[in-house]
Amino acid sequence: MAELAATGTFAPRPGAAPLTRQVLAQAGMEARLMLRNGEQLLLALVIPVIVLLAGVTGGDRIDLADALDLEGRLVDVLTPGVLALAVMSTSFTSLAIATGFERRYGVIKRLGASPLPRTGLLAGKVLALLVVVLVQLFVIGGVGQLLGWTPQPGVLGFMLAIVLGCAAFASLGLFVAGVLRAEATLAAANLIYLLLLAGGAVVLPVSAYGGFGDVARWLPSGALGEAMRTALLDGGTGWRDLGVLAAWAVLGTGLTARTFTWE
Amino acid sequence: MPEFPAVSVSGLVMEYAGKRAVDGLDLEVARHSITAVLGPNGAGKTTTLETCEGYRRPHAGSVRVLELDPIRDRRALLPRIGVMLQGQGAWSGVRAMEMLRHVARMHAHPLDVEMLADRLGLESCGRTPYRRLSGGQQQRLGLAMAIVGRPELVFVDEPTAGMDPQARRTTWELLRELRGDGVTVVLTTHYLDEAEQLADNVHIIDRGRMIASGTPLELTRGGNSATIRLVVTRPFPPGAPESLRATLGERIEVTRLDERSLVVTGPADGSTLARVSRWCEEHDVLPESLILGRRSLEDVFLEITGRPLAAADDTIEEALRG
Repeated sequence: MAELAATGTFAPRPGAAPLTRQVLAQAGMEARLMLRNGEQLLLALVIPVIVLLAGVTGGDRIDLADALDLEGRLVDVLTPGVLALAVMSTSFTSLAIATGFERRYGVIKRLGASPLPRTGLLAGKVLALLVVVLVQLFVIGGVGQLLGWTPQPGVLGFMLAIVLGCAAFASLGLFVAGVLRAEATLAAANLIYLLLLAGGAVVLPVSAYGGFGDVARWLPSGALGEAMRTALLDGGTGWRDLGVLAAWAVLGTGLTARTFTWE
Repeated sequence: MPEFPAVSVSGLVMEYAGKRAVDGLDLEVARHSITAVLGPNGAGKTTTLETCEGYRRPHAGSVRVLELDPIRDRRALLPRIGVMLQGQGAWSGVRAMEMLRHVARMHAHPLDVEMLADRLGLESCGRTPYRRLSGGQQQRLGLAMAIVGRPELVFVDEPTAGMDPQARRTTWELLRELRGDGVTVVLTTHYLDEAEQLADNVHIIDRGRMIASGTPLELTRGGNSATIRLVVTRPFPPGAPESLRATLGERIEVTRLDERSLVVTGPADGSTLARVSRWCEEHDVLPESLILGRRSLEDVFLEITGRPLAAADDTIEEALRG
């Protein structure tokens, strides 16, 4: 029997869109959803900006820079730290929560039946992450400038800090989302974020933590914070901190590869 | 080119925690047809469908979809099939049309999304976030996402669950139009009327096994010729089915559907009807309705499994609760 003539509204005409178009669509969607969601936006922009504003204006009043024995002006120390915080919040907390609920709501299962391959989905997530981080850099950097921030950018160190920071935290975020239920992921990702914000040497330098600083510099938060400060305070490249981030990225990727299931 | 079946399943076995959800199932789906897989909840319908969609690996047996292996040839197969899952499948904050457009972008030659939304009555809720859509709207969006890529074959799992009668009819019309345009449709349902009205072929599954296959006409024509349904005003006295069966003779089967209704199957005719009526009189039972009718798919299910489809559903629910 011959094929039925392909006429009619619903006549089959299957085919996958080019992979780049699929990945861009996925990235655009994820970035949009992240920037539209109130809680995610709070995490991505509002909290970092408040930390920066409060840290700089309040810190100036109580001479925080002197009290913590910081090298350089307070705004120059805090802005790179807050940028590191923003990278952490997006690539760890937001990614973990979003992925946890995507699994829960069957989004990943649904997209699994579309032509978008798993690698394309992952690429879309990474791209969305970088878009959101870029928005954060502009907003936080802008607020920093208004407060008088004068960075000494070391482009290589800065770029590597962002890329390796995203990789380390994203792999850990996916690990959490993969092993816990959606609600538990939500709780754990927020709790870890708060603990690292307070004690992880991300906003304030390792030197401000006394003895604990020696521990904090091996945490992904401390390493990212230090790498950012090295890049933006001195224009240097903090190779040791970048190495720590790379090690966390390898560890997180290994854990995720072993445990993660998409559904 | 010889016409190959759209779906060919043979000897499929799926096990979960030592229990067989699918137990040696054979199933063939002709192209350009609507095929209904009918059965109670937990019969293995969704598991079978998800194996065809490449979500699950068969524990034994083989599955071919459009002549491809759903696992090994997944990338080649996915653009050619459309999948409607049972519920969910979208971000909670995504708007209805935004989601449909998103899925459309994954395909090379998608349908016009505005037209599709219009056909499925989604235009009024296009900007509504997914979590605020009604169950029926979510179902219709799910169907739209399944067909937007212009697939050759669509799998729709319980497509009209939670829909109002109007939306059900619209959905049936759309599925018929898909078939008319050359799309093969495989649907699962536990609604008998849906299978009877919509499907070219019906496969009845129970406890992971295929218990009957054929066109609705073949299924309802074969075997015994008629049924009598009796509904009474007050609950039956104890032992009513047995007593009625004794009155009617060996070749007639009497099955209690619930406390106020039963069904008589077998070579039932006018005189059987009269005897049922006389039995009611003798046992002081007042009929509310007494209907002699053609066999329905419900009766087929009842004859083969010895229990009504609705009761089979209850059994599963009880099992899940217990």
